Amino acid sequence: MSQSKPDIRAYLASHMREYGLLLALIAIMAFFQIMTDGVLLKSVNITNLFLQNSYIIIMALGMLVVIVAGHIDLSVGSVMGFVGALAAVMIVQWDLPMWVAVPICLVVGGMIGAAQGYWVAFWNIPPFIVTLAGMLVFRGMSLWLLEGQSVGPFPREFQALSTGFIPDFFPLSVGENIAERLGVRRFNTGALSLGVIAAAIIVWLGLRGRARDKAYGIEGEPIAFFIARNVIVASALIFVCYKLATFRGLPNVLISMTVLTVIYAFITEKTTIGRRMYAVGGNEKAANLSGIKTKRLTFLAFINMGVLAALAGLIFAARLNSATPKAGFAVELDVIAAVFIGGASMSGGVGKVMGAVVGAFIMGVMNNGMSLMGIGIDYQQIIKGLVLLAAVIFDVYNKNKQG
Amino acid sequence: MTMLLEMRAITKTFPGVKALDNVGLRVETGEIHALVGENGAGKSTLMKVLSGVYPAGSYDGEILFEGQVAQFRNIADSEKMGIAIIHQELALVPLLSVAENLFLGNEVAERGVMNWPRMHQMARELLQKVGLDESPDVPVGTLGVGKQQLVEIAKALAKDVKLLILDEPTAALQENDSQKLLGLLKELQGQGITSILISHKLNEINQVADRITVIRDGASVSTLDCRAEEISEEHIIRDMVGRDMAHRYPDRERNIGETLFEVKNWNVWHPEHRDRQVISDVNFNVRSGEIVGIAGLMGSGRTELAMSIFGQSYGRNISGQVTLRGVEIDVSKVDRAIEAGLAYCTEDRKELGLILEESILRNTTLANLAGVSKGGVISDGEEQKVAEKYRQAMNIRTPSVQQKVVNLSGGNQQKVVLSKWLYADPQVLFLDEPTRGIDVGAKFEIYSIMNQLAADGRGVVMISSEMPELLGMCDRIYVMNEGALVTVLDADEASQERIMSFIVTE
Ligand SMILES: Nc1ncnc2c1ncn2[C@@H]1O[C@H](COP(=O)(O)OP(=O)(O)OP(=O)(O)O)[C@@H](O)[C@H]1O
Ligand SMILES: [Mg+2]
Repeated sequence: MSQSKPDIRAYLASHMREYGLLLALIAIMAFFQIMTDGVLLKSVNITNLFLQNSYIIIMALGMLVVIVAGHIDLSVGSVMGFVGALAAVMIVQWDLPMWVAVPICLVVGGMIGAAQGYWVAFWNIPPFIVTLAGMLVFRGMSLWLLEGQSVGPFPREFQALSTGFIPDFFPLSVGENIAERLGVRRFNTGALSLGVIAAAIIVWLGLRGRARDKAYGIEGEPIAFFIARNVIVASALIFVCYKLATFRGLPNVLISMTVLTVIYAFITEKTTIGRRMYAVGGNEKAANLSGIKTKRLTFLAFINMGVLAALAGLIFAARLNSATPKAGFAVELDVIAAVFIGGASMSGGVGKVMGAVVGAFIMGVMNNGMSLMGIGIDYQQIIKGLVLLAAVIFDVYNKNKQG
Repeated sequence: MTMLLEMRAITKTFPGVKALDNVGLRVETGEIHALVGENGAGKSTLMKVLSGVYPAGSYDGEILFEGQVAQFRNIADSEKMGIAIIHQELALVPLLSVAENLFLGNEVAERGVMNWPRMHQMARELLQKVGLDESPDVPVGTLGVGKQQLVEIAKALAKDVKLLILDEPTAALQENDSQKLLGLLKELQGQGITSILISHKLNEINQVADRITVIRDGASVSTLDCRAEEISEEHIIRDMVGRDMAHRYPDRERNIGETLFEVKNWNVWHPEHRDRQVISDVNFNVRSGEIVGIAGLMGSGRTELAMSIFGQSYGRNISGQVTLRGVEIDVSKVDRAIEAGLAYCTEDRKELGLILEESILRNTTLANLAGVSKGGVISDGEEQKVAEKYRQAMNIRTPSVQQKVVNLSGGNQQKVVLSKWLYADPQVLFLDEPTRGIDVGAKFEIYSIMNQLAADGRGVVMISSEMPELLGMCDRIYVMNEGALVTVLDADEASQERIMSFIVTE
């Protein structure tokens, strides 16, 4: 064995998936931007995209952890619907204040996760079965809770969970001034500045990471790729925030979604608990023999999923401004598809938070774009199914080529 | 002599690694050709190229089989030509019966309907040929490794094989099974079957090989003819390693102290068959600075003993006492056992030792993440430093610690498992077949590490089926037989014969 210097080609080959995903998202957006005559990237529609997909993305974070740990959760759609129903009953029918009802809902979500995770972790019952049962049980329970009716409307402050916007923290006159110069109706200076700050932080963290890698002699991303990736990500971020600024500003859900994504990316990539989660999914027996509490971690992954499904349920109910028996129906499929499109492996141990989020956006943009084009729900399903299949085939093909 | 196989100027690269660089191999019809080289030299890769695992076009060079240029697109192609490979990792389906495994993918059927009576009869003939006295109906998973190996060979014979490739077939076998297998190779040679044998056990190679090709760093360095003259093991080693190796076992200053670790009245029952006692009344101790061996046949309960002590990861109804420096320690969970200062380096690296799809780096730090993290947050830099340190100390051959362990050669994978446990910094380290599948040079390195641990005042327990290694390394050797320790021998009174006498008489 002689060592040839790892060149750009080799690097590209082993990171094909990540770049491919980003490029796929860009290509899909470009496609729909053209096909919808520019409606896709209009301020209103971008705002809608976030509102429509936030709950999927939030659940995808939990699902990624579950799938990385080598399991699956089919119950999330039902759990989400059930918690939304629970919130409606507590807030609308019992007049409980929000600060009581919301924590209760999150705890209930955690308990549902625990109840399912218990059988998976400590009894070794296949998660497919346990959560399939859960899917039926909680669908039934939300029907029962709601007595088959829609319950609403919610008070304003609850709706704000989803449809609220961050107010401009710059003086109003600044925004008016800019709006006039740009020839738009209004301008949320705060929104744009947050976008610029976030972009700057991303670039700065990237540079810092590179410098540290170099100091420790870690072979990192080739500089050209690093620059290209950062330019794309930063300008996309600023562009989106600019667009949102010319409408109503940054939606609350965008902030919660972003914060959660950052937290989960950090936990999965930088902490010991995250590392152990990957180990459990990669080889449970070996992880166990390395002193990792594999059962407890599995249990935890399901509890976490339950809490996030509950949060998603609240956000969804807040957006619809009512809880309906059909809420969350078949949503688990979108969530799971997002995670697999994002590069996670069915057998566990592989997958990234950012991948799952981009995967969810790909699904979201396709849903939105096809609806804008007036494509019927029938074709939408077919196309989404094929995209999922293509993504997974791409994975397998890539892996075979490397091996 | 006619050439059955010629591989010319084979070059195979993986991203970042040139595994084979202009390798040539010529195998004569009817010979037993040995392929030797250090871990990661490229032996397995060369055989994968030959058998179509890496299809034509994914490597440079030319393969001539029976004088014809061969371009295999997959394994099926090479099998059709009469080439059968038995991989380093066995590829049998444990839940299927012997007969089903023998004809897997090669079923005797008429219009899609299996002809079971015919297959049974053929299976019996094949089993007889390889000297395996088992019913074709038993599930393969219930057989020992040695017998599974014979099933693999029978499977190859079922396909009308001309060239049989065996990649480290005896690594997991004990002496008498190995002998049986080598005898079988000779017998098959008599029937005109050519074989290529990869092994790190040079005595075996000397015993059966007609010619030996030595590969070093992805290039063939020499082909030695054993028929003309006796080739000494030293000669082979010199070609493999590129230098002389005076000793097989490193020297060591013995500095043995007080009793460090003690196990008393240890009893373990089988996890499924509750009335079967696997370990009965075992007592043993390790003094600080001591290397203690456990000899015994496969299935005598050595692995079960170690695993039941290490966090009760085997067995049920475990009773007994474990003390470290005279204080009883809690070993009821793996993390507690590690915390208390124990480590167990498994014999089954793929199933129990490694996370194959993850990097060397992540595998190295897995059992001691606390060492590279603060407040639960991992420091990438620290982790890199640690992994790099062990890569160099263990001489793991790979361009980077970011390489996935699944892409390493078998021997180098073993070194990653060892790194993991060394980094966990144990007081007492159990090593279960630590040198299985490891080349002479790397064995020496592992022995040196064991000596180093002992010199630091730690205790080492070595479970091994290779008696010369136990005799060469250990201060005392316990002999295990059917779940009990039947005797303990001091190094100076132990010999292969004495150990065997305790194993056999019981
Ligand atoms: N799929 C792969 N990707 C990257 N590198 C690989 C891959 N397969 C093998 N290698 C590298 O090629 C080299 C040769 O490996 P190979 O398995 O042929 O060694 P070997 O001689 O069989 O060693 P051992 O005696 O340890 O089994 C090693 O350095 C290994 O890391
Ligand atoms: Mg090999």
